[in-house]
Amino acid sequence: MFRPRIIPILLLQDSGLVKTKNFAKPRYIGDPINSVKILNDLKADELIFLDINASKKKQCMDIDFIKNIGDEAFMPFSVGGGFSRIEQMKAAFRNGAEKVVINTEAINNPNLIFEASNYFGSQSIVVSIDVRKTFFRGYKIYKNSGKVKTNLNLFNWCREVEELGAGEILLNSIDRDGMMDGYDLDLIKKISSNLSIPLVAAGGAGMLSHFKEAIEAGAHAVSAGSFFVYHGPRNAVLVNYPNLEELQEVFR
Amino acid sequence: MIIIIDYGLGNLGSISKALDRIGYENRISRNLKNINPGDKFILPGVGHFEKGIKNLSKFNLINKLNDFVLIKKHSILGICLGMQLMTNFSEEGNCNGLGWVDASVKRFVFNSTNFKLPHMGWNSLNIKKNDSLFLRFDLDERFYFVHSYYVDCNEKNIISSTSNYYLEFCSSFSKENIHGVQFHPEKSHDSGLRLLRNFLET
Repeated sequence: MFRPRIIPILLLQDSGLVKTKNFAKPRYIGDPINSVKILNDLKADELIFLDINASKKKQCMDIDFIKNIGDEAFMPFSVGGGFSRIEQMKAAFRNGAEKVVINTEAINNPNLIFEASNYFGSQSIVVSIDVRKTFFRGYKIYKNSGKVKTNLNLFNWCREVEELGAGEILLNSIDRDGMMDGYDLDLIKKISSNLSIPLVAAGGAGMLSHFKEAIEAGAHAVSAGSFFVYHGPRNAVLVNYPNLEELQEVFR
Repeated sequence: MIIIIDYGLGNLGSISKALDRIGYENRISRNLKNINPGDKFILPGVGHFEKGIKNLSKFNLINKLNDFVLIKKHSILGICLGMQLMTNFSEEGNCNGLGWVDASVKRFVFNSTNFKLPHMGWNSLNIKKNDSLFLRFDLDERFYFVHSYYVDCNEKNIISSTSNYYLEFCSSFSKENIHGVQFHPEKSHDSGLRLLRNFLET
């Protein structure tokens, strides 16, 4: 039976693993490769690595780092952060990445989505979209790790991204990021019903039941950061992943 | 020795790494020189069918593979696009494949907005016949799929497993020395490694 994917998102900042709240205040979590080993042992469905500084530094995620992930991960993993050229993506795929995630670079140059999906196949290209709720219950799209507001219309951008050939959309609620209070189900519902490509929801997961809610709202897969690195009421750092019984319980 | 065929498409490194992990000597080759009796092949593949078949032709691999597989009967495992290339024809590009099995490749068509393309994620297998690839499998082995096209077998008795995604489609076939799997064993944790080991041991 097909089971929706549950995907840890690991944020990188200067080769360390960090976790944010509303895309701010990055807190150091630990060594990223160690986390890959643990999540691989725990049989995580898939992994997403995002370098939150790369765009700012005008370079893409370190290729040696990608190779190190590739050496430890026996499940698909995506990498993102500053990818703006085909050559950079080639190197990522050659070193074991299944997909490349683009965000700011896609907004600045939408043709990159077309070029990359044409070259590598749609299934290899994920476009990530970060949104904040506006005062009037709409959504604004942000780029550059949530720092720069754009004037893009969310529905139009999603449609354009799909038409340009993206294989998946990773939709991130900045408001819900790190709050562990549930996904923005309204957002997921609105966007997934207008897409024919998979939507991966991000932002807000704090309990297993949140995953189920997001899937029922239309997410094809769910992703989370805090859920997989924190544990307990005081958010102690503990890289974790639900076991088979827990997953079966969620999707019964 | 396991030869991973390099025709420009597919995550060769991941397959090689998986084989290293289970302790099997392997090499990546484009010219297929120095093949010994008993060597096994893996035909990987991610991407467009038409590009795949054109690349096989461009690198002069078609005649060599026909010889190794159909005449000399080397064992070969096709993965994802690699599996699809072994068929007669694909709707992706409307072109002919290698024709090693009587099957064709079709695009998933859904009458429901609940199903998105590609079929991407973990799914289980409905085992249809005993196959050396499935030795020592647990009841619930799961594998990673990512594809928008599937194999439709005319020759039903080659189907070794099906999977369900809106419809029931062929997820693996076996015909003598020729094996094909739609999923990615190199990206399917222990289940995948077990399958690869089975392919190499038998």
